[in-house]
Amino acid sequence: MSRIHVTTKINGDATEFLCEAEATLLDVLRDELGLTGTKEGCGTGDCGACSVTVDGRLVCSCLMLGAEAEGCEITTIEGMAAGDQLHPLQKKFIEMAALQCGICTPGILVAAKSLLERNPDPSEEEVRYWLAGNLCRCTGYDKIIRAVLDTAADMRRAS
Amino acid sequence: MRYEAPSSVEDAVATLAGAPGAHVLAGGTDLLVRLRSEMIEPDLIVDIKRIKGMREIAPEAGGWRIGAAVSGAEIGEHEGLRADWPGVVEAAGLIGSTQVQGRATLAGNLCNASPAADSVPAMVAAGAVARIVGPEGTRDLAVIDVPKGPGKTALARGEFIASILLPAKAPRSGDAYLRFIPRTEMDIAVVGCGVSLSLDEEGRVTAARVALGAVGPKVILVDAAAEAIMGRALDEAALSDLAAACSKAATPIDDKRGTVAFRRHVAGVLARRAAVIAGARAKGEQA
Repeated sequence: MSRIHVTTKINGDATEFLCEAEATLLDVLRDELGLTGTKEGCGTGDCGACSVTVDGRLVCSCLMLGAEAEGCEITTIEGMAAGDQLHPLQKKFIEMAALQCGICTPGILVAAKSLLERNPDPSEEEVRYWLAGNLCRCTGYDKIIRAVLDTAADMRRAS
Repeated sequence: MRYEAPSSVEDAVATLAGAPGAHVLAGGTDLLVRLRSEMIEPDLIVDIKRIKGMREIAPEAGGWRIGAAVSGAEIGEHEGLRADWPGVVEAAGLIGSTQVQGRATLAGNLCNASPAADSVPAMVAAGAVARIVGPEGTRDLAVIDVPKGPGKTALARGEFIASILLPAKAPRSGDAYLRFIPRTEMDIAVVGCGVSLSLDEEGRVTAARVALGAVGPKVILVDAAAEAIMGRALDEAALSDLAAACSKAATPIDDKRGTVAFRRHVAGVLARRAAVIAGARAKGEQA
């Protein structure tokens, strides 16, 4: 079976890969490209641990074939920090201990960044609904929600 | 398994015709789950997203033609759709998480043929029409006639939905969709109800379509509910008759998500509440 040649841009870098037709974008990111920050939780689109953006749109990378990424711009958790400089959300999650085991954290950070890009001043309810597709079994969500709201306030003040 | 992404409807139809058992991929939020769980093991996946028009929302005859690969998120951001068919937009927006909204489509929700599909009662109430392409050419089929039962559709082998048309919105009309779930988000409808209605200048109903989901093997268009409110203002008596007609028309089953008695009752409650919202929208009020 010949593999499919796919040309994409990932975290700003032109990237080419070969994949089987069955391979999900998640499989490609982790197993072909070594971008293991994106996690597999459920593999059925329920948990959000595999969240990435594709052409600016938040999606579950487990619910997309690698072959579909042809010509797309993809952003993963690896593209969030600027070099050694953590994104304000990443700093705040550490500062406020908005994580415990950390498996859900990359997906939640990618999803929260996508929210703040669209809505720099979300209400608590808006944050909770936006992140409803990101399951966390440790924190009880409260610290996560507060960290996102706090980051949003900081970023508004800074801009 | 092979993956093809044809760039025209003709190529897609020809590719599907040559591969019995091939599956069509648009948003993939149902297909990928079935693929990964090995519920299906197709030889070929045909991705229709590269076909012109599949990702477009275009005005047509006063209404809107929505390409089969337009995502829920794109529908929710479209000002024209939100203004004309807020009930359909809200129903589409209830499907899954933000991540699922980034990919899930109306056509996919329809073709998945779940009795509990949220967008389907809203589309049926709106009088939506699916444009189907296939080896025999192009045909239009009312959305109500697409699902045949759980997981079954009226699509013949080699056919797929290319777009869905939401018709022109009549003057003084409005629509709404409500569902009951035991939580606030990310769940499957226990009962769903779409209502679309038009009012005259005195606020009396001149046209209505009421559709129920999750209370039968497929979506139910409740003609008796529309008749119950025809020519009447949406007062308490009319709404009670509407609710009774919906409870009577529901043919639910008992399962872990709800009992027959509960679902019958909720069908009436949701119809009443959705009619009130649709009525307010028909009067130009925010609802």
